[in-house]
Amino acid sequence: MRASARCVALVPARRSHTFAVMPDNLHPPGLLPPRFAQWFKDRGWQPHAHQLALLETRGDTLLIAPTGGGKTLAGFLPSLVDLAQGHTGLHTLYVSPLKALSKDIARNLSQPVDEIGLEIRIEDRTGDTSATMRKRQRVDPPQILLTTPESLALLLSYPEAPKIFGTLKRVILDEIHALAESKRGDQLMLGLSRLRALAPDLSVAGLSATVEAPEALAAFMGGARVIEADPGPAPDIAMLPTASPPPWAGGGGRYAARDVMAAIERARLSLIFLNTRAQAELFFQALWEVNDKALPIGLHHGSLAREARHRVEEAMVAGTLRAVVCTGSLDLGLDWGDVDLVLQVGAPKNVKRLVQRIGRANHRYDQPSKARIVAANRFEVVECAAALAAVREGDLDGGGRRWAGPLDVLCQHILLTACAAPFAADALYAEVARAGPYADLPRADFDACLSFCATGGYALRAYDRWQRLLERDGLWQLRDPRTARDLRMNIGTITDTEKLKVRRKARRGGTPLGEVEEGFAASLTQGDTFLIGGQVVRYEGLREMVVEVSDARGREPRIAVFSGLKMATSLELSQRVQRLISTPADWDQLPPATRDWMALQDRISTLPRPDTLTCETFARGDRWYFCLYGFAGRNAHQTLGLLLTHRMEQAGLGPLGFVATDYALLIWSLDPVEDAAALLSPEGLRDGLRDWLGGNAVMKRAFRAIATIAGLIQRNLPGQRKSGRQATFSSDILYDTLRRYDPDHLLLRITRHEAQRGLVDFDRIEEMLAQGHEIVHIRAPHVTPLAAPLLLEHGQVGIRGGQGEARLMEQEAEAMMREAGLE
Amino acid sequence: MTPIQFAGALFHAQPSGALYWPAQDMLIVADLHLGKSGRIARRGGALLPPFESLDTLHRLEAEVARLAPARLISLGDAFDDDTAARELPPEVAERLAALAGRLELIWIAGNHDPQGLGQSCEALPIGPVTLRHIAEAEGPDISGHYHPKARLARRARPAFAVGQTHLILPAFGTYTGGLDCDGPELRALIGLGRAVLTGTPMLTRPLGYSAARQSR
Repeated sequence: MRASARCVALVPARRSHTFAVMPDNLHPPGLLPPRFAQWFKDRGWQPHAHQLALLETRGDTLLIAPTGGGKTLAGFLPSLVDLAQGHTGLHTLYVSPLKALSKDIARNLSQPVDEIGLEIRIEDRTGDTSATMRKRQRVDPPQILLTTPESLALLLSYPEAPKIFGTLKRVILDEIHALAESKRGDQLMLGLSRLRALAPDLSVAGLSATVEAPEALAAFMGGARVIEADPGPAPDIAMLPTASPPPWAGGGGRYAARDVMAAIERARLSLIFLNTRAQAELFFQALWEVNDKALPIGLHHGSLAREARHRVEEAMVAGTLRAVVCTGSLDLGLDWGDVDLVLQVGAPKNVKRLVQRIGRANHRYDQPSKARIVAANRFEVVECAAALAAVREGDLDGGGRRWAGPLDVLCQHILLTACAAPFAADALYAEVARAGPYADLPRADFDACLSFCATGGYALRAYDRWQRLLERDGLWQLRDPRTARDLRMNIGTITDTEKLKVRRKARRGGTPLGEVEEGFAASLTQGDTFLIGGQVVRYEGLREMVVEVSDARGREPRIAVFSGLKMATSLELSQRVQRLISTPADWDQLPPATRDWMALQDRISTLPRPDTLTCETFARGDRWYFCLYGFAGRNAHQTLGLLLTHRMEQAGLGPLGFVATDYALLIWSLDPVEDAAALLSPEGLRDGLRDWLGGNAVMKRAFRAIATIAGLIQRNLPGQRKSGRQATFSSDILYDTLRRYDPDHLLLRITRHEAQRGLVDFDRIEEMLAQGHEIVHIRAPHVTPLAAPLLLEHGQVGIRGGQGEARLMEQEAEAMMREAGLE
Repeated sequence: MTPIQFAGALFHAQPSGALYWPAQDMLIVADLHLGKSGRIARRGGALLPPFESLDTLHRLEAEVARLAPARLISLGDAFDDDTAARELPPEVAERLAALAGRLELIWIAGNHDPQGLGQSCEALPIGPVTLRHIAEAEGPDISGHYHPKARLARRARPAFAVGQTHLILPAFGTYTGGLDCDGPELRALIGLGRAVLTGTPMLTRPLGYSAARQSR
């Protein structure tokens, strides 16, 4: 945390009134107690102005500072100053989205604490904390507790919560911009309301990376004074020149391994970001193949075993690595060593994220960060060029969140509140409405959630005898206190797909290598080889829900790993890309290969221009493809995919699936689309929208997550499903049953609501179709340059229960019967 | 409907998961699990949508109306537990009684409902086969319990698992999951055989043949 004498803008809630811009040396003396001032002086540092600003500001604050701006120390400084005067019990609660961040902070914080000579007990509490430690923390909490939103929710569900948090003075919410974009943030804000009720003179400090709309983030916190730090010098950022042009399609950027290796050799310590874990694995392998000097290079991503991640983290701190290939697991403020080069392989998808990643390079606030971007395919070159322009112009994606607090998270909060102690409905409603995201929550919605928690909230009142919550003497409580255990096991809003551990096969517990998604594991047969932890392994079998593998050194991995989460490109960036494609005059910022490729697209098909709605039909293998370039964002394309496949099904074209990106929609079917204009008629699509909410897979996926968060279905826990799998049934059945018998049920309402916000985005489709754009439908001779990358996209949605699926199943059944020598 | 030859007799597998035996004019269903949501709630678990018993009965009534069998046999686990059988919601009890008035209703005990409605038998030999809840080594028998399902082109559906000595019915109840026919338990029971998938169209695929790779 080096500091320099830079200026900051200290701003009140309205950004236009910038005042108090002053050099650090003009700050009034005495803000920092002498011991602290001496400590800064001894290290040859000066505190940043925003660090002092946080110290002198009373009440809740939101600090916006770039990476490397000493944000964390700024957040903790008021606590340390306060604690220097003594305090009994828990004083400061620090919440961050990553477990690893808590560990990192504990380490970084111990340095000033020791050097200043403060006696402060600092402990972390996450899913990794031992049971003994957790128990002790509940009886005798430390003065500073570092934790995650989920662990906080768990702590708040214990009857001891008032005792633990009664002495609390400060809460620090780190990386709050990241939390605000998911339901984890909503849960955290509900927890914060609880904390404010337990400790009324609490003050809250939010710490955020640079965002477009700080006021919205402050409102999310329930109101806070915004303090913006100097953004520092502009980054040195450009495309990495590569010896050969990127391929037409695909991700991962293996073609650039040698160029990246050369850049690593020139730098001291490089971070190489890839967008997915699978790509990180593959790129790591590709790097090692060209690592002629055998430089120490590590791999770090969230699917690796904890031991493996720790080894890399420690090596980074010790300075023994030259490069680390990583994913979003290193996105958030982890502070390891002196990174001087950031390489982003693959399109950054989001300008804000790119800026934060760039900030990882050179943790010195007063020097420009150096970053290079490698596009994985020719389409991404366009996206990278657009993103670079956006960074240069300081044009961050608006993004962020503007939606009201989701009700499934509220249901979980109500149940967990009941675990801690009986509550009065009026009091809890008032408390919930103090949380930023729930400030406008109608009482009727709160009551619906409470009714769901108590009786299930069904039209058929079946559970009056077996209510989960009962009202006695005006207080709601658990009917059976033993259910608290199940409810606590279900805490959290992350509903990732089921993961299975991967281990090396050995007589007694082989080395853990990491984890893969259950769906991926189910697709493996013995002998299949895949990559994990940078090694090629051979699938041996599944034993007690653990994937057992053996080494398969020197072999090519046959199957790519993990379907993985897909990052959405921001709408702003999509639109920049569209403008760039449709403005040949701007193509000079693109490398020649990309210009050629776009010219080729123009020759084979056409360039999607803003005043047209361009689609293509082509055949590949035994499938027909229909590609539509809408540039309307992934959600709108996804909805359009659902609607169009529905209509294609009616037209007997046998649609099999589709994939939506931010730029385009690709549908594959058994027969080709002949009349695009008829398919895209707004009237027909509107009719479809009325009933498409029916049994489509996207809705069921959303319902599953919502039902899990709201506590209707139990999260699958490891070890719970070793046997007797016939006893568990799919949440799709619950969804279908509810739709048939209780279509107005709360959870269906939440599902529809979320679909409109997140998945449907029908307004944008209307906009796209209603502008009277000319529909250009090209019958291309084969896959077109622009469509090629879509064929390799993840996140394909299969059409279930259609004629296409039935025809395929029939064909496979016949083939299997023939193979087996049966009729 | 898909005809199945088993133990020298002819059966008609229905897309619904019910099995019709023409020679006996008998409809066979397995694992209705009536009262499942109630049992989970009673134990302090989640309050699942309480509509599954009505839904299951609704589908069963439709099969009875369509095929008009003289007898209906439930192969056990008709109730999610014995308490569920004793405390049937009034509407479910009425509809079961109405069904019993139209045909001969025979209950076989399952592991979930050993007592059931108090009229259950352990096993019922008819002609060449025995009807029971859980398949036994010697066979030939027709049973339920395992909730078999089978995969084709990456899609799983409840299925009839048909081997030389065992015919295992899919679960008929609405809130029931399934056990993969390609898994070790059902492979061991069925040996070489075939799976008849429920739903429309009904499809048949082999089971246990090494030549036919596991469908993924």
